[in-house]
Amino acid sequence: MRIYLARRLAQALLVLLGVSFIVFFILYLTGDPALILLPPDASAEDVQKFRETMGFNDPFVVQYGRFLAGALRGDFGQSVRHGEPAFNLVVERMPATFELAGAALLVALGLAIPAGIVSAVRRNTLVDYVSTVVALLGQSMPTFWLGIMLILVFSVQFNLLPSSGRGSLEHLVLPAITLGLFTTARITRLTRSGMLEVLSQDYIRTARAKGVSDPPVVWKHALKNAAIPIVTIVGIELGTLLGGSVITETIFAWPGVGRLSVQAIYNRDYPVVQAAVFLLSSTFVLVNLVVDVVYTYLDPRIRLR
Amino acid sequence: MRGGTTREGKSAETEPARTWSRPPSIQGGLTALATTIPATTNPARREWILFLRRLARRRTALFGLIVVMLVVVAALGAPLIAAYDPTEQNITDRLKPPGSLDTAGRAHVLGTDHLGRDIMARVLYGARPALMVGFAAVAISGVLGMMVGLFSGYFGGRIDDVFMRLADIQLAFPFILLAIAVIGVLGPSLPVIIVVIGVSSWVVYARVVRGAVLSLREREFVQAAHALGSRDGRILLRHILPNAFTPWLVVATLDMARVIVIESALSFLGLGVQPPTPTWGGMLADGRVYISTAWWLATFPGLAILVTVLGINLFGDGLRDTLDPRLTL
Repeated sequence: MRIYLARRLAQALLVLLGVSFIVFFILYLTGDPALILLPPDASAEDVQKFRETMGFNDPFVVQYGRFLAGALRGDFGQSVRHGEPAFNLVVERMPATFELAGAALLVALGLAIPAGIVSAVRRNTLVDYVSTVVALLGQSMPTFWLGIMLILVFSVQFNLLPSSGRGSLEHLVLPAITLGLFTTARITRLTRSGMLEVLSQDYIRTARAKGVSDPPVVWKHALKNAAIPIVTIVGIELGTLLGGSVITETIFAWPGVGRLSVQAIYNRDYPVVQAAVFLLSSTFVLVNLVVDVVYTYLDPRIRLR
Repeated sequence: MRGGTTREGKSAETEPARTWSRPPSIQGGLTALATTIPATTNPARREWILFLRRLARRRTALFGLIVVMLVVVAALGAPLIAAYDPTEQNITDRLKPPGSLDTAGRAHVLGTDHLGRDIMARVLYGARPALMVGFAAVAISGVLGMMVGLFSGYFGGRIDDVFMRLADIQLAFPFILLAIAVIGVLGPSLPVIIVVIGVSSWVVYARVVRGAVLSLREREFVQAAHALGSRDGRILLRHILPNAFTPWLVVATLDMARVIVIESALSFLGLGVQPPTPTWGGMLADGRVYISTAWWLATFPGLAILVTVLGINLFGDGLRDTLDPRLTL
């Protein structure tokens, strides 16, 4: 167990190192970071001076080492536009993004697990068909279109919910549904197929033969085992949610990291972009580390590997 | 696996001796087998027909395929089908609701946008960048992932470790964020979008192919090919690749749906194919501003994405269930 955890931790650190390199490399895609960071009308002299002060003339490895050392201390440089440290700007926006992603995950789990279970237990009934079709539609619907349609119906037509900003619980409803829909569809389908598989196992038949009534069989015997793949996908889906927040936050003017980074890209404010990509990726890696640890408790077989 | 050349050399030496010692009956059987080999194209074709029949029996998959084909026809035949030029502006006819007629008496079936452009024509032409990015990006990531999966699964060891850690790193990024950061630096254009999506989507392919190769590697026909002295490259290409192709195809189909959504998300954010080329995402972004007065601007391009992606997903699901029901994707 301890060896497994140590290995898993080392793996996560290695991934983070790789992430840091790619984030660092973003600025070098065109070959000259000075031209990317400076406004297009900067004079050749300014560019030269900027290169010197930023150390862009040093060997590549030295520059990466400097970037990595900075990143570890939370120093990604100053935001070009706001004049503040990029790290602080991103960290300030983190709670809003976590709130939205968390709410979306709650919506997804709250809808998907019951829907998936009912679908599996009442297989090939009307309930099953409806939930399958809705899940399929949800998986095929682009987030941004759903967001716009929800605004059209609930904000413009019926004036029930606010279409932008953050604050009260009402502000959270539409963005959370928008962001959570794709994940809801995924988890519904996964729960359904997982439950169907578990329900056909011998030990379920044994439990039924012993006279255990339906609800405990479903909730105690079956769900516990069907939960394992769901827990894994929750970790992976968090990546989808953090990435999807870029679009959802833009539509609903939600003041999170996603919206900040889209604006930063438009403004060519790359220190902020680097900090945002690095911090969101790190969050994802850490959450998956936690998920893997939880996983070993749910399924002790994993520890032996 | 290694030292395949020496094994081959040895078998070449022993080959004549063995042939001579064979009893006539077996030899006859072998020649008979050899003559039937060219004819195996026929059973293969029969298998194809069988597969198509099984696929056609799945109503939803067939429906999905028809939808996808209609979208392809719309993209290719846009100039013939559309009554208007998708970029032709007409300020007097701006924001007309669906079904309204212009001064010449032609109908704007889906209405016009804020510049008086025909939405029907723009939706039809918008299928072009969507499908183009979809096919091209899937081709890039599919080939990359296939190669990684083959090498990783077949050779294992250090190569496998390196590739799988790379996959972890790739997956750690919120995809859209990384894509817009890179496209923001390189500047949005069709090739850049295709390459960025293509290069960063290889992981699913690699994992599925690797899984298939791991089990194929131990199968008798691969062992037999080894024993007969085939080189690794030949075994990979002739024996393993054809058998790992099915799961790959399923992944490619379903991934196409994802890529089309990403393409439209990028153009929605203004980082996709640039105007005046009509894109579904770009139309949505335009229509968003007029959401309270002209609902049709944002509704129809969104429906186009939904229908296309739904069609691909239905077809992909059917393909998976027909070819490889145990594949969990």
